[in-house]
Amino acid sequence: MSDVKNKSIDLATQEVLQKARDENIKTAWDRLEQQQPQCGFGELGVCCTVCNMGPCRIDPFGEGAQVGVCGANADTIAARNLVRKIAVGASAHSDHGRDVAHAIALVNKTHSPASAGHSHDYEIMDVEKLKALAREFNVDTAQPDEKIARETSQKLLAEFGRQDGELVFTKRAPKKRREIWKKLNIIPRGIDREVVELLHTTTMGVDNDYKNLIATGMRCALSDGWGGSMVATDVQDIILGSPEPIRGKVNLGVLKENCVNIVVHGHEPVLSEMAVRASQDPELIKLAKSKGAEGINLAGICCTANEVLMRHGIAVAGNFLQQELAIITGAVEVMMVDVQCIMPALQEVASCYHTKLITTNSKARFPGVIHVEFRPEQAYETAKEIIRAGIENFSLRDKARVNIPKHEMDLVAGFTKEVIFQILGGRYRATYKPLNEAIISGRLRGLAGVVGCCNPKQVHDYFHTTLVKELIKRDVLVLQTGCSAIACAKQGLLVPEAAKEYAGKGLQEICAAVGIPPVLHLGSCVDNSRILTAASHIITEGGLGEDLSDIPAAGCAPEWMSEKAITIGFYFVASGVYTIFGASPFATLGSRNLTNYLTRELEGVVGARFDFCDDPIKMAELMIAHIDKKRKALHLKPAMYQED
Amino acid sequence: MGNAKQLYYDVEKCLGCRSCEIACAVAHSISRDLFKALQEEALSLPRKRVLGASGKNYPVSCRHCKDPKCVDACMAQALVYDKEKSQVIHDETRCVGCWMCVMVCPYGAIRPNKKTKIPLRCDKCKDKDEPACVAACPTGAIIYIEEEELAKK
Repeated sequence: MSDVKNKSIDLATQEVLQKARDENIKTAWDRLEQQQPQCGFGELGVCCTVCNMGPCRIDPFGEGAQVGVCGANADTIAARNLVRKIAVGASAHSDHGRDVAHAIALVNKTHSPASAGHSHDYEIMDVEKLKALAREFNVDTAQPDEKIARETSQKLLAEFGRQDGELVFTKRAPKKRREIWKKLNIIPRGIDREVVELLHTTTMGVDNDYKNLIATGMRCALSDGWGGSMVATDVQDIILGSPEPIRGKVNLGVLKENCVNIVVHGHEPVLSEMAVRASQDPELIKLAKSKGAEGINLAGICCTANEVLMRHGIAVAGNFLQQELAIITGAVEVMMVDVQCIMPALQEVASCYHTKLITTNSKARFPGVIHVEFRPEQAYETAKEIIRAGIENFSLRDKARVNIPKHEMDLVAGFTKEVIFQILGGRYRATYKPLNEAIISGRLRGLAGVVGCCNPKQVHDYFHTTLVKELIKRDVLVLQTGCSAIACAKQGLLVPEAAKEYAGKGLQEICAAVGIPPVLHLGSCVDNSRILTAASHIITEGGLGEDLSDIPAAGCAPEWMSEKAITIGFYFVASGVYTIFGASPFATLGSRNLTNYLTRELEGVVGARFDFCDDPIKMAELMIAHIDKKRKALHLKPAMYQED
Repeated sequence: MGNAKQLYYDVEKCLGCRSCEIACAVAHSISRDLFKALQEEALSLPRKRVLGASGKNYPVSCRHCKDPKCVDACMAQALVYDKEKSQVIHDETRCVGCWMCVMVCPYGAIRPNKKTKIPLRCDKCKDKDEPACVAACPTGAIIYIEEEELAKK
């Protein structure tokens, strides 16, 4: 056990990892060991494989080759490599947005209490939000709801193919921020266009100015944050329902020994939403019982989990590094996956058990794995087919190899920019005023966005939770999404009672007054867009400056691994939010100029910069120092209950 | 005596990734950490180079010859051959930077550090159990073994 204890602070993870060791099943941690040493040129970002004159490498110690065959130096090579990752991350989020924008055109009725729980189709779940969105796009809201939905869908899809002008959602940003974007010519024009243009600039012999590459990269990142991701979040709220605070459970202990366990994993919730409904289908429950199971238990991994948690309180089995472990419990009948963060290794791990891995999206397939293609028109039937496959598989479970850890934790999720309004201001005087006033008075020191992935290079969940505990202790309200939120939830930070145990006095008072946890779960990684809109509301409310960069707030991705994290980091920085990355820095250290640009000079360009830090307490110090700096600039009093 | 481990290379396995060069430079830096080493004022340099010839890659560093030409050529007596360690020892405080060792080395394995005016050579990572390049090699092309053991292989 001593070895697995060094891998994760999460007890459930330790237990199942030990089971994996005992059964000689390899996981990400073993594969990381196998990958040692990892290539230093890659780590520093100075390996270029763009053209066939290469691969070229720059000698980071200065005496060997300082330019590639084409003449590109370390600055150009590292910048190109970095911004290509921005393009990929933006593509992932935005393509997700596109898929759900299509789905909204399919709705043919508005949700009513009578149809609750019986509908097999997508419905308009949040009419108010649909109308508000329609108004932003100048769609006539006097027509029937489904017509509004169809027209809005068309307008949203047009944002992807737009050639010039400005993305409509960028108008949500404060005036001052938009002016900065305009001045720098980085206001995103079309969601797809920015990805294509960015990729173009990185091919052999195009952009050789690292600062210009970063500017193009920022525009692309903005087309994700204020484009694709925002589309995904808003449309999902409309057709799947706007989240409201909801209780749930988290960690591998949510898998049930006597039930058919169906795990949904990935990022796009349109099918898993139907899986939630199908898991309650009396016919399927009857079938499950006829096979000796007590019922059907649905649980999630990664952001698909966050989506169904936020809207239905469906249990979360774990975050990114627990996807293999869920299968290794031996109790999963079906793991149904859609797109993103699905480890190729799942196929091998699943083959060690009865677990059926089922792919559902034509974009993400495994050779030899069962594929049930998701079509929004037949979503419910598809979901039923998958769950039925799980039920049929139940009898094949080897009971002797089942070992589900007992660990599970309560959490409260379902916070959105609208809910923050309502909770703090009350439903009838929905306003950000109480939040702004809390910051102005110093009861709240500021806000922190703590987001991102897991990475076996870090002790799993340690960085997230140590950092977040330190932040709330010092009266910083923490907003979370993605695997980071799941990490802190597992350690019991996402319940109102956590305020008393961990939060500073000021934050405690607020949590007690309105009954919220000191750490708010805002959803999946596309829901980072909620943080942008919430921040814009804070500016509109007044008293905390005129630009997003004035707010006493900071962002970070402590255990990041995905390209999507880089894109999110860039849209935060380009929006004026100081952002720190943990684990290891961007692969840019091979270029001193580029690293310096990102971590220093960018502040003078967009009013925010990056930082890299490999220690959670130090990271908290950096974030708090930044928050205090912003408080001072706004001439606010120091934090009320904090001496430091 | 005189049978300490030496560095050998399986050139069939060397893919030319130059990870050994990076590991060497890091091992001889102050921080011994890649990211931090690049921030140091005087950049550490690798004492090993991977050279390519006729389609193969050859990692090259001091062979610690039993009959070292460099030791004979060193006018400052900065170089001595330590029989016990089977290693050429370089006393940098005595070195005058005449580059004679660089010129006489039959392998071209001694690297002139033009900034410090002192040649750089493999020290088998001195007090470490094995040189850093050995662990850094992703394909196991670098072998650290006694000459006699190698002959048995």
